[in-house]
Amino acid sequence: MSDLEPIIRIEGLGKSFPTSGGVVKVLDDISLEIRRGEIFGIIGMSGAGKSTLVRCINFLEQPTTGAIYFDGRDLSRLSLPELYRVRRSMGMIFQQFNLLMQRNALQNVCFPLEIAGVKKAEAAEKAKKLLDLVGLPDKAKAYPSQLSGGQRQRVAIARALATDPQVLLCDEATSALDPSTTRGVLELLRDINRRLGVTIVVITHEMGVIEGICRRVAIIDEHRIAEIGNVDEVFLRPKSAAAKRMFYPDGMQTDSFKGNRRCRIVFDGNSSFQPVIADMVLKFHRTVNIIFADTKDIDGRAFGQIVIQLPETDDVADKMLEYLRSQGLTAEEVREHVQ
Amino acid sequence: MFSEVVVKMIAQGVVDTLYMTLVSSALAYVIGLPLGIALVITDKNGLGPQPVVNQILGVIINLLRSVPFLILLITLIPVTRAIVGTSLGPTATIVPLVIASAPFVARLVESSIKEVDKGVIEAAQSMGASPFQIVWKVMLPEARPSLLVGAAIAVTTILSYSALAGIVGGGGLGDIAIRYGYYRYQTNIMLVTVALLVIIVQILQEIGMRLAKIGDKRI
Repeated sequence: MSDLEPIIRIEGLGKSFPTSGGVVKVLDDISLEIRRGEIFGIIGMSGAGKSTLVRCINFLEQPTTGAIYFDGRDLSRLSLPELYRVRRSMGMIFQQFNLLMQRNALQNVCFPLEIAGVKKAEAAEKAKKLLDLVGLPDKAKAYPSQLSGGQRQRVAIARALATDPQVLLCDEATSALDPSTTRGVLELLRDINRRLGVTIVVITHEMGVIEGICRRVAIIDEHRIAEIGNVDEVFLRPKSAAAKRMFYPDGMQTDSFKGNRRCRIVFDGNSSFQPVIADMVLKFHRTVNIIFADTKDIDGRAFGQIVIQLPETDDVADKMLEYLRSQGLTAEEVREHVQ
Repeated sequence: MFSEVVVKMIAQGVVDTLYMTLVSSALAYVIGLPLGIALVITDKNGLGPQPVVNQILGVIINLLRSVPFLILLITLIPVTRAIVGTSLGPTATIVPLVIASAPFVARLVESSIKEVDKGVIEAAQSMGASPFQIVWKVMLPEARPSLLVGAAIAVTTILSYSALAGIVGGGGLGDIAIRYGYYRYQTNIMLVTVALLVIIVQILQEIGMRLAKIGDKRI
C-alpha cells in the first residue's frame, strides 16, 4: 500500500445493538480517515458511542453496516487467523489498564508475544526494552497490584507496543488518572508517536487530552460525527453545536451572570503572553470580569481561552470586541447559553 | 482404650477416606473443569455463544445436582457394579462420588472463571488471542486463586459425601461410624471417627486456602 493510503479508513460505519427494548443505534454513518503517523482524537460525551467506535476499528465489535479498512484491507473479509494477525498490528490500551493481575510487569509485556508465538527468551528481552522505553526499567518484577495507576498504564502501553503495532488505540486511557499523571502518560504517547512513528487514535471525553497531543479531531455527538478537522481549527472556530458545547467552558452554561454580554477570546499562540486584557482595561478605563480562563503552552505554542464579562454599556463593549480582534485574537460574543 | 484391631480398622478408614476423596475429587475435576469452561464459553456473553448447548448443559447439571446424594448412591449401584465389578468398598464409592460432584465442580469452576475481569479478556482479544489462548492463558491463570478456593470447597464436600456412602458399605471413616457407632452403639468409635473427619476437613480446607493465598498476586 502506498503511504498516501490512510492507515485506517472508516466508511459509513453503523452499529446497533439489539436490546430488550428494541434495537439501539450506537453509531450512525461514521466516515473518517486516520492518516499514517498522526495522532487522531475522537472526542464525545459519555454514551456518544466513541468506545464502540474504537472497538469497531479492531473488530472487537462487528459493525452492523459500513466497512473498516486497515492498511487498505477490508477487515470484514478477513478469516479469523488473519484478523488475529491484524489485531497484533493494532495495540490497544484501556481506561482500567486491563493488566493480567497474576502476572508481573515483565510477564504482562511478554503476554502478546506469547500469543504471537515468540520464543520466551526473545520475548523477555524485548519486554525489558519496552519497560525501559516507558520509563519503568526497575518494575519488571512488580505485580500490577504493587504499581500506581500511572505505572500500570505505562506497563499497558509497553504491552500494547510489544508486537510492533502500526496503530495504538487508546480508549479513555487517561480518564482514571490524576492530572499530573495524565500529563506524563500523554507525554509518553507523543514520544512514542515521534520516535516509533506509531499512529495513535485517542478516544476521550476530555478536551485537555485532545489539545495536549492530537493534531486532528473528530467530534462524535448523538452517534454521528458532528465535526472533524485540525484541532486548532476546530478549537478556534467550532462550527457545530456539539463542538461549541465541548469547548466552551462550564462557566458559560451557568446563569449566574445573567443580563450581561460575554465574550470568548481564543489565543492562537502569538499573544497569549501579552497582557492583552490588562492593556484593554487601561485603554478603556473600564473593568471587565474574567469568568473563565484556561491557557497553556502546547507543543511549543500557546493555546487557550478566556471568557470575560463585558461592560454593560453597549458601545464600550463593541469597541472592546473590536480592540481584541485588532490584536489578532479570535473574539466572539456569546449571548445565549450554550447548551 | 481401643484394641489393636479397632485402631488398625480406624487407620485403614482414614486411608480409605482420603483415597476416595482425593481420587474422586481429581476425577470430578477431570469432568467438571472442562464442563465449567464450556459453560462460560457457550454463555450468551461468552467467547463462543451457543445458547442451546449452554441450556442443555445447564439443565443436565442442575438435574444431577438436585438429586439427593443418597438416592443417587443407591440408584447408581448397577452402574457401579458394571464399572468396578462390585458396589462395595472405597473404589466402588468413587463412581457415585464422581457423578454427584462433577456437576457441582462445573458450577464452582464456572463462577470462578466468571469473576475474571471482562476488560482483561477484551485486552487479550485486542492482541489477537484465540479463544483457546484466552481460556488457557487468561481465564484459568487469572482465576487460579478462586479456583483453588473452589477446590477446597469441592474436596471437603466430596469428603462428607464419601462418609454418607458408608450407608451402603462404601468403606472409609463414614462406614465405620455407621456400622460401629450407629448400628452397634459404640459411641466412642463414632466419636473418634467423627473427630477424625473434622480434622481431615480442617486440614484439607486450610491447605486449599493457603495455596490460593500464596498464588494470589493481587494482594
